[in-house]
Amino acid sequence: MANVLVFAETRNGEVRKVALEAVTAARKLADASGGGEVHALLAGAPGIGGKASQLAKYGADAVIVVESPEFAQFARESLAATVADRAKAGAYRAVVLGFSAQGRDLGPRVAARLDAPIASDVTDVVVSGDSITVKHPGYANKVIVTLTLSGSPVVLSVRPSAFTAVESPKAGRVDQGQASPAPAATVKVTEVKEGAKGRPDLGDAPIIISGGRGLKAAENFKLIEDLADAFGNAAVGATRAVTDDGWRPHADQIGQTGRQVSPQLYVAVGISGAIQHLAGMRSSKTIVAINKDKEAPIFKVADYGIVGDVLEVIPALTAAVREARKGH
Amino acid sequence: MGAPGVKIAVCIKRTPDSESRFRIAGSGAAIDETGLKFDIDDFAGYAVEAALQLNEKAGGGETVVYAVGPDTLQESLRKAMSMGADRAVHLKADNVADGIAIARALASELKGGGYDLVLFGKHSFDSSAGVVGTATAELLGVPCVTAASELSVSGGKGVARRELEGAAEMVEFPLPAVVTIDEGVARPRYPSLKGIMAAKKKPLESKPAQLGTVRVTVSKMELPPERPAGRILGEGVAAVPELVRLLQNEAKVI
Repeated sequence: MANVLVFAETRNGEVRKVALEAVTAARKLADASGGGEVHALLAGAPGIGGKASQLAKYGADAVIVVESPEFAQFARESLAATVADRAKAGAYRAVVLGFSAQGRDLGPRVAARLDAPIASDVTDVVVSGDSITVKHPGYANKVIVTLTLSGSPVVLSVRPSAFTAVESPKAGRVDQGQASPAPAATVKVTEVKEGAKGRPDLGDAPIIISGGRGLKAAENFKLIEDLADAFGNAAVGATRAVTDDGWRPHADQIGQTGRQVSPQLYVAVGISGAIQHLAGMRSSKTIVAINKDKEAPIFKVADYGIVGDVLEVIPALTAAVREARKGH
Repeated sequence: MGAPGVKIAVCIKRTPDSESRFRIAGSGAAIDETGLKFDIDDFAGYAVEAALQLNEKAGGGETVVYAVGPDTLQESLRKAMSMGADRAVHLKADNVADGIAIARALASELKGGGYDLVLFGKHSFDSSAGVVGTATAELLGVPCVTAASELSVSGGKGVARRELEGAAEMVEFPLPAVVTIDEGVARPRYPSLKGIMAAKKKPLESKPAQLGTVRVTVSKMELPPERPAGRILGEGVAAVPELVRLLQNEAKVI
């Protein structure tokens, strides 16, 4: 029997979806290790403790609440120290994080502090005796790599959307934890430039509408925004060509050098489907492609395709989606 | 520091061309390297360029490239020197999947090297893990900035911009520090003929990597299942109603 510790990521005082997915992955690990407990470490500004019940609902036996004003921001050094110190104190079998911007940063720090092996961008996990085996998509999703990690604890960061957060209500008893001090020399955030508001993040959104050069001009992204609004819960992405041209911010780029996403629905508008782009979205559940060139490679990965002028098809699709969602 | 410029170490990785079609080797636990073109990993290339530009701007300093892995890495180290790096250190090892072990080898080598800045790519194409840079910083006990898309240093201090999910942040940090580089900092230059000739005479030191215990191993590699062939529903606006019907009834996303 072995317990598993989860870093429950928050942003702006809310528990992120990837944190619940990490709890689900940890639950799987704990159950496979002879029925251990899942402990979720919830660190944030004072008041974050109020969110503990969400983690319990998804399978956390205990929630360790660490409230500190410095955690209003992503205080990477003290967060890493807090997670690592807790992991040491609790003799956990594994520490699980999300492979998000925060988790990418924290995971290696925690692993180095624990001198523990780490696997990143994990999509599946199996316990076999003394070792833990994980799968992760490598080479821009073109190869599935199986890694075996020996020793205890191990650090795992799970790919967003790879594990579906499953409700599994547990007691979720709340323990108050302590923040560990940061080292003297640290990175100081001097300014945060918020991106577009009012839309879910690309990593959280169940639906992504993405545009490419086929839109012909930056202002035609209005059509993409409208379609995203029609779905109601969609994020907007773009190809590298489009972000390189400055039509959209760099942060919106989906692809090998940008964000890697796996939403329920990915709508590729005016995107030809370069390997660079496919690497970022081919693991989406359902893919729709709309492009004027019927030979475009995007149609090879799309479940549904429409050949046509996006400037005509998208407004029609937007209207039809609005109509279909009436009453929602 | 008396001399202008900063002393920079850049840790690079060598990966196959990302546009390649991959096959699995006979062992079942590696890719088949036959016919693949290898080069300095994209993000590591940005890191080399960033180092060179920082020192060119300051009019001095030193850029040293490091890599952990098999002998084939020497070609990439030589290329980094042909771009302008001053010297190279090759830490010999077989292919290693344990990022912490690689960080251990690099940290023990970099410690005491007097570097103001240690640069890495934000992650490499083959694993996308981004473990080694950050872990090396922790082992060296210095601050670490990940995924910097802008970087400048002056007066013992660095300033960087980081792209977050849907936002960006500006950060300040004291040197020495580790910074992992995102694209946007600088497009890597092509080596000039003069650079290539000069690189042949630059020192390339090779010695065994001090990895310690390796606890992550590749047990299998496989190609992902092909997506089932999709359906072209039709042309133009006329196909929209069928698409919406399928999104409602089959994909169940509306």
